[in-house]
Amino acid sequence: MTIIDNGFSPARRVILKGAGAVALVGLGNIPFSLAPAFAAANDKYPEDAFKAKSEADAIKSLYGKTAEPSDKVRLDAPEIAENGAVVPISVSTTLADVTSIAFLVSENPNALAASYKIPAGTMPSVANRLKMAKTSNVIAIVEAGGKLYSATKEVKVTVGGCGG
Amino acid sequence: MASTIRVRATSSGETTEVQALIQHPMDSGFVKDAKGEVIPPHFIQELTFEYNGKSVFVADWGAAVSKDPYVKFSFKGGKKGDDLKISWVDNKGATDTATAKIQ
Amino acid sequence: MRPVIHFASAALALAALAFTAVPSAVAADKPDPVADAKAFRNFFAQKFPKVKLEDFVNGPYSMNEDMHRQWEEKEQFPPYEFSLDMGKEMFSKPFKNGKSYADCFPNKGIGIRQNYPYFDAGEGKVVTLELALNRCREANGEPPFSYVKDEMAALTAYMAFTSRGKPFDIKIPDDPRALEAYQNGKRYFYTRRGQLNFSCATCHVQTPGERIRAEVLAPALGILNAMPIYRSEWSGMGTISRRFTTCNSQIRGVPLNPQDDEYRDLEYYLSYVSNGLPISGPGARP
Repeated sequence: MTIIDNGFSPARRVILKGAGAVALVGLGNIPFSLAPAFAAANDKYPEDAFKAKSEADAIKSLYGKTAEPSDKVRLDAPEIAENGAVVPISVSTTLADVTSIAFLVSENPNALAASYKIPAGTMPSVANRLKMAKTSNVIAIVEAGGKLYSATKEVKVTVGGCGG
Repeated sequence: MASTIRVRATSSGETTEVQALIQHPMDSGFVKDAKGEVIPPHFIQELTFEYNGKSVFVADWGAAVSKDPYVKFSFKGGKKGDDLKISWVDNKGATDTATAKIQ
Repeated sequence: MRPVIHFASAALALAALAFTAVPSAVAADKPDPVADAKAFRNFFAQKFPKVKLEDFVNGPYSMNEDMHRQWEEKEQFPPYEFSLDMGKEMFSKPFKNGKSYADCFPNKGIGIRQNYPYFDAGEGKVVTLELALNRCREANGEPPFSYVKDEMAALTAYMAFTSRGKPFDIKIPDDPRALEAYQNGKRYFYTRRGQLNFSCATCHVQTPGERIRAEVLAPALGILNAMPIYRSEWSGMGTISRRFTTCNSQIRGVPLNPQDDEYRDLEYYLSYVSNGLPISGPGARP
């Protein structure tokens, strides 16, 4: 496995690779009131991935690999968003050993919108509401068994979600 | 002062479905106010859910998550009457925590 | 097909008259709200035969499948939750003088939203719920709230919530002033205004289900039943007052002040012709 030198500690790679069940127990006990503004060197929060502009850079930053499209990833998003500010998008999958799910909006200023850690015992299915600046591809990434799979859908946006 | 966290956790025997709605502006930093000044980014970065002291779900969010963010997921286990603990931290270091009973 | 459908050539005023089942004659001497309401309902039922009567209260969501799915997903945990909670808290909190909203309303203000607006014989005018709330505040030494959002939206959200499912039950007493208020409201609804020269009917009677720019238009039938609403466009809550004023601005007209007579009468008319449809507020809209 190639370790991408982006400043993240190897421990983070371990977490994302699915040894997460044990590591995440520790996460749950962190006293949040003591945590400074999260931007500080806290490798739990993938800050660089959120700063990446393109979806390719964001995926690379977040996972260090590339995804292959899979029809086992089911992405639910509207044809035309009623309003770009609140677009309900969900993903579910029949793949096994899912450790992470992420959502990207390619035409947003920063492609990565949200990333979820799925510990063992949690179902590989997430529903959320995202902002879309304009008509764009929405990409769902599922990390399963150490590999990345994706599904893409174009969502039309007529009323932009970034306050326009 | 009411919590910013609203949770509905329902157990259906084998699995527990969790829906959460958090009151938070989730300002992206791309929007200007009436005076033409940029409203600085202000959004939840991490949202965690714990059951029995173990993490069952972690959300890492960017500014593209909608205002008053919502998320839904399910996990195996969880009994009626048990507690589910939810916490969030935003980019300014503010936090909130809530405990919800699984229905 | 019924003549009401042929809008293309007919001026809207004539189209309005068609509702009273008097195709090309001048308006009847005495207003007949009962006939109006029936014709109003029939018009929409014929235009949208697949939509159940009670579903009209869901506005654009009853008109478009893709939007309906997005709405259903959001209704699982709706964006107006926080306003509703705030409204409940505010409603039960006493004023400085010890009294509370419950003292101003029948049945302590619970489950009564479907009766508003009503015609106040003493005052000789239509009283809306928003107006009644601010009058309650002022009568008890509290400053009035802005009519368009925030606290007023929260309070009306709570009151609507306690009436959810109850059918609109607006009464027009046998009083010429009440009938005149009703007619004023109806006239306002069908009168073109603003630079875009639209009447309310242009969008909500002539073209519901179709788009104006990017928005799918709601049918006028049941259009107030979901109020107040959390609009994605506003990223927040808005009341009936907010919608009336912003609608006027959007057609490039000069908005009236919230709770001006025309708006009160308009609300009276719109609510009356939706009698029988269930209160669904608070609601969410694009």
